[in-house]
Amino acid sequence: MIDPLFEEALRILTFQSGFNSAVVVAGTAALGLAGGTVGTFLLLRRRALVSDALSHATLPGIAVAFLVGAALGLPERSLPLLLAGAVASGVVGLLTVQALSRFTRLTEDSAIGAVLSVFFGLGVVLLSVIQNLELGGQAGLKTFILGQTAAMAQGEAIAIGLLAAGAALAVALLFKELRVLAFDPGFAAVQGWPVGALDLVLMGLATLVTVIGLQTVGLILVVALLIIPPAAARFWTDRLPALTLIAAVIGALSGWLGATLSALLPKLPAGAVIVLVAGGFFLLSFLFAPARGLVAAALRQGRLRLTFAERRALTDLLDGRPVQGAAALWLRLRGYVRDDVRKGGALTPAGQAAARAAARDRRLWERFLADYPALLPAHANWGVDPIDSVLPGDMVRLLEERSAPS
Amino acid sequence: MQYLWRTPGSRTAPEEASPIGTPPLEIRGLTVAYHRRPVLWNVDYAAPSGGLIAVVGPNGAGKSTLIKACLGLVPSVSGTVEVFGRPIAKQRRLIGYVPQRESVDWDFPVSALDVVAMGRYGKIGWFRPVTRAHKEAALHALERVGMADFARRQIGQLSGGQQQRVFLARALAQEAQLYFMDEPFAGVDAATERAVLQVLRDLDAAGRTVICVHHDLQTVSDYFDHALLLNTRVVAQGPVARVMTPDLLSRTYGGRPMPAPAALGALGAEAS
Repeated sequence: MIDPLFEEALRILTFQSGFNSAVVVAGTAALGLAGGTVGTFLLLRRRALVSDALSHATLPGIAVAFLVGAALGLPERSLPLLLAGAVASGVVGLLTVQALSRFTRLTEDSAIGAVLSVFFGLGVVLLSVIQNLELGGQAGLKTFILGQTAAMAQGEAIAIGLLAAGAALAVALLFKELRVLAFDPGFAAVQGWPVGALDLVLMGLATLVTVIGLQTVGLILVVALLIIPPAAARFWTDRLPALTLIAAVIGALSGWLGATLSALLPKLPAGAVIVLVAGGFFLLSFLFAPARGLVAAALRQGRLRLTFAERRALTDLLDGRPVQGAAALWLRLRGYVRDDVRKGGALTPAGQAAARAAARDRRLWERFLADYPALLPAHANWGVDPIDSVLPGDMVRLLEERSAPS
Repeated sequence: MQYLWRTPGSRTAPEEASPIGTPPLEIRGLTVAYHRRPVLWNVDYAAPSGGLIAVVGPNGAGKSTLIKACLGLVPSVSGTVEVFGRPIAKQRRLIGYVPQRESVDWDFPVSALDVVAMGRYGKIGWFRPVTRAHKEAALHALERVGMADFARRQIGQLSGGQQQRVFLARALAQEAQLYFMDEPFAGVDAATERAVLQVLRDLDAAGRTVICVHHDLQTVSDYFDHALLLNTRVVAQGPVARVMTPDLLSRTYGGRPMPAPAALGALGAEAS
């Protein structure tokens, strides 16, 4: 039962399951790559939700385009026509958001909420109307809502791949311009960069990714391809080039794995499967990324607390103060004390050395703090690490002379 | 959002420092209103060539708005702004800008050097990457504010004062003739205050003009040559000795008793 499924999965993943399936998987991966690349700047420019309004606003356009096609007597649904309709109404939705937040006192998030729901509602109504008309070829319309990789024809998959690569290339070309736009648009404008036009390019790229992702991922979830990969990548790095690359890789992997999974499980909506895979990457990054992940941060914090607790317990013992509870147990585990520490117990030779080092560190750091407060910001980890590993040797000697008990 | 409809500025026009005698900045009849409430009202001002100029006034007096309107970052209701005798869109290369520190997201994934290199983008031009020469210019600007050791640091890991110095270095990297700075001394530590002041004096010595929004009345006379007292309209302008008087300050601050700088007597200068 499992084995054939597994083998099938392996075949699709390695592009050996027939040309058509390979093209669809590669096309979806390219879509994910473009989503991650464009999405990085969308996220940094704080435009992620605007693109959600955009994608929901495509539905009435798709429905109207379908009706136009039927009125023109086209035999079956024509994908270019439907996508043109999607772009048109998506852009109208986008402009409505811009106009509402510019010319009224509505905040951008209220404008987004209003446009998103009204346009989507209109689209749903139009779809019901179409259903009652009993026209041919309408079955495919529903796939635009939740997505279906199987609906992708070979030529379409190739077109998606090419467009996605073009979007990623545009971001690479405009990397410097988009960086200053996202970080400090006011400064960019003062330098003479056409901030409005750059914003239009960015939203245009987001529109492109959204529209080519409509069929595969569906208009409800396509925004996830723009948001989740860069959000996940943010946990891994503090550098923009790396961030963009990691987001592109996470996006591509999500598309690749997601398309494979949905080929194996054709009853599940493809968009949801792809987004769940991306969500998995987000969860992994959030928890385990070494730079900003939850576990790494907790470990760093825990180690810091432990270091301080240990040093304090050691210096307490050195000064003849009793140490109790968990700290006592910890010192024993480290081999710094002999058994009965609660009765004022004795430090082992190793404990003696560690305690003297801790006391010296504290004394010297205090001296440094008192004598050179202006130098502190330059030493981010002052007071935490052993002083010899942070400050230059002659400075440490100077502090030792000054803090020697006279 | 607010920049979306801005007409792209001309980047191809020849940009030259101006003929002698043209003021670095000339504002005529500038009025800015938010929702029909004037924030700046009929501002006329001609900045003297060279020197450090403080824009002084109470909260909500429109100090930052004045700078932003000069730079074309907020739309004006009426009025003209000229930089060295020409509209600002044609003089972008001559302008350096230090925005308020709070105006950006410091968690942004860039290093201090990346931010300072942004000051070079205008010289680099479209599509081209930041070359080594430009990175070196950026590093040199960081050195001038005493931040070379932090070039690789992510900007979120810097202290507030260090972030302010990064912004200042970015403006230095622009190699401008006229600098606009929005509260460069706000909330900084003593080391940063010294560094900023040193940079201002260097710029002054090199013949540059610097216009600073400044909030600390006590230091205006020590740090600056000229002052523009602003409260929606221009209350007074001129050399600090002439305008930083108790009378003019109290008029600027709406009659509330203000701490006057101790060094200043009642010189009784009038608004020009």
